[in-house]
Amino acid sequence: MNFRLIGVNHNTAPVEVRERLAIRESRLPEALREFVQHPGVEEGLILCTCNRVELLARTRNGSADLAGFLQNYFNLQPTELESHLYDYSEHEAVRHLFRVASSLDSMVVGEAQILGQVKEAYATARAVGAVHSQLDLLLTRAFAVAKRVRSETAVGSSAVSVASVAVELAKKIFGSLQGKHVYLVGAGKMSELAARHLQAHGAASIFVANRTYERALQLAAKFNGEAIHFSEIYNTCDRADIVITSTGSPVAIFHRQHAEMFLSRRRNRPMFFIDIAVPRDVDPEMNKLDGIFVYDIDDLQQAVSSHVADRKKEAERAEAIINSEVERFQARLQTLEVAPTIVSLQDHLETIRQAEIDRVRGRLGPLSPEQELAVEALTRGIVNKIMHTPVTALKTAAREAEATTLIDLVRRLFNLQAQEKEKKTVKSGDRG
Amino acid sequence: MPILWLRVALGCYAVGLLYALVALTRSSDWLNKTALHAAYLGMLFHFVSLTEDMRLSGQITLTSVHNAESVLAFLLMVAFMLVYLGYKTTSPGIIVFPVVFLLTLVAATGEQPFLEIPPDVRKSWVIVHIILIFTGYAALIVSFGASVVYLIQERTLKSKKSAGILSRLPALELIDEIGYRSLLMGFPFMTLGLIVGTMVAQATFGRVDFLDPKILLSLLMWAVYLLMVYTRWNAGWRGRRAAYLAAGAFLAAVVAWSANYFSAIHRFVQS
Repeated sequence: MNFRLIGVNHNTAPVEVRERLAIRESRLPEALREFVQHPGVEEGLILCTCNRVELLARTRNGSADLAGFLQNYFNLQPTELESHLYDYSEHEAVRHLFRVASSLDSMVVGEAQILGQVKEAYATARAVGAVHSQLDLLLTRAFAVAKRVRSETAVGSSAVSVASVAVELAKKIFGSLQGKHVYLVGAGKMSELAARHLQAHGAASIFVANRTYERALQLAAKFNGEAIHFSEIYNTCDRADIVITSTGSPVAIFHRQHAEMFLSRRRNRPMFFIDIAVPRDVDPEMNKLDGIFVYDIDDLQQAVSSHVADRKKEAERAEAIINSEVERFQARLQTLEVAPTIVSLQDHLETIRQAEIDRVRGRLGPLSPEQELAVEALTRGIVNKIMHTPVTALKTAAREAEATTLIDLVRRLFNLQAQEKEKKTVKSGDRG
Repeated sequence: MPILWLRVALGCYAVGLLYALVALTRSSDWLNKTALHAAYLGMLFHFVSLTEDMRLSGQITLTSVHNAESVLAFLLMVAFMLVYLGYKTTSPGIIVFPVVFLLTLVAATGEQPFLEIPPDVRKSWVIVHIILIFTGYAALIVSFGASVVYLIQERTLKSKKSAGILSRLPALELIDEIGYRSLLMGFPFMTLGLIVGTMVAQATFGRVDFLDPKILLSLLMWAVYLLMVYTRWNAGWRGRRAAYLAAGAFLAAVVAWSANYFSAIHRFVQS
């Protein structure tokens, strides 16, 4: 693989160091060009944000003095950098890149900005040709991993965690959710999710009100709940302890006077409004009433980002995803490296076999079908036997670092064409 | 000797007081545990102090104020522990601990005046009166504590800071239940205590002087208490309004208590 990554981030270096290493956006292409000119560097990427400066490279035989490049570029003494720099190679570099792209290495874990920054760095590097083959694969994979982490864990404050925070908050108000009633105003995906969470934690019944009554019926059926005509919401809403609103209404649906009405009907038992609609369905003024708690989507998001315990758990899940992705990527790269050689070896021998058969056939004249089959089987058998050892050796080598050496050797021995390799790599790269 | 044990207990309650001060801004498991252990220990010493006091004088001497305060503090701790056993929360301690500390502090320091009991009063009835009233007081104070915790929790939830989720205060409805239950439980004690007191007064003086400051203030306190129970039961008042009422009742109780110093029939004298 020969990946190397060095850099500094908010954990390893104070801002005084980081700012000295910063490269302005306008100068990035030039820096990249210089970087790939650096001895030993085949492909390169520079990621420069306010919290990190990182150099990622595919090197020739794994040996390139990346720190040396930084020192030269910024005119620094080796001692100035050493203590701040981290240096990863091979799968550690892959893992680090995946973690960065998935925002696990960020100051605020889960923030979305970093992925965009990595993508920009990639676009710039690609534009100047600093990234073309394996690094391209690696980065494309990193984006896929980030997407996966975002969708499968709550690290990125996704819908799942908003729902779980809603449950958490409801518990802070009501203690147990056992026997509590949930009222959905608007039948959106998010509110459905939140309702499902609340039900899973013991909420007793679900009411669904929607402008399209049929949709309300559908959703209510899913929860074994009760559908309510939209015109009836003010008369029925006080039956619920938890109200989730998600309508597309341009103006608020619930106002202070409604809340006062609900409270008096409920003898001041508290009500929890979860407003996930934008624009908001619940007038924030209502939160000022005793016993009414209103959380809009931003409040929930904010609660999510400070939800430390949940965060940690989710981050652990994200790390597990990344570990498996690193392994997958490694395995894929290695087969990628070996596969084209095996294929061209097969092609090469097959061409020889065909040519020889054609030549012999001209001399022998027409063959009977049995003879035809026998010749076919004989030649194929020889080819396969010859191929067996080098192919096994290549496949074994794929799992080790010596793959490149062996590939070169096989190619030289059998005089396989070099350009074929490039063609195949790109082709199978697109598949992933 | 009893005073020494009481002072040790006071030391333990001081830890509880510290908890109350810190718990207003943050909470942690460690803190709760420490406060709880201090409370257990304090109660133990307190109990030793009370029983020794009794053994020495050969009777339940509630009639000296310093003992009365000590007994009230002890009852309050019992109420606090009952809440803890039932709901696994120490949060009413925010109010209970300071009150217990103050009461114990007064009881453990200095000479205390004695309640002037006319010789023909049935002592056992006075004791019943005091125990009943004190139980009512303890319940009232716990209820007040719960109201304050309710307010804190409501505020954290409304401010939408992360503390709303992180805070270890019990759920709002649970706090509400603690407050309401202790209110309901305290009410019959308070009422009975007042009735017994009136009966004792009647038996002693032949009539009850309803204009006596002590009786007037006690009735006022009782009325506020009744109002609290009523609004909670009828209109479901809780949160801010309930806390104000509880604070009012608490204040009335303190005033009624201090009326001992200028009441004609319910008077303490320097021994």
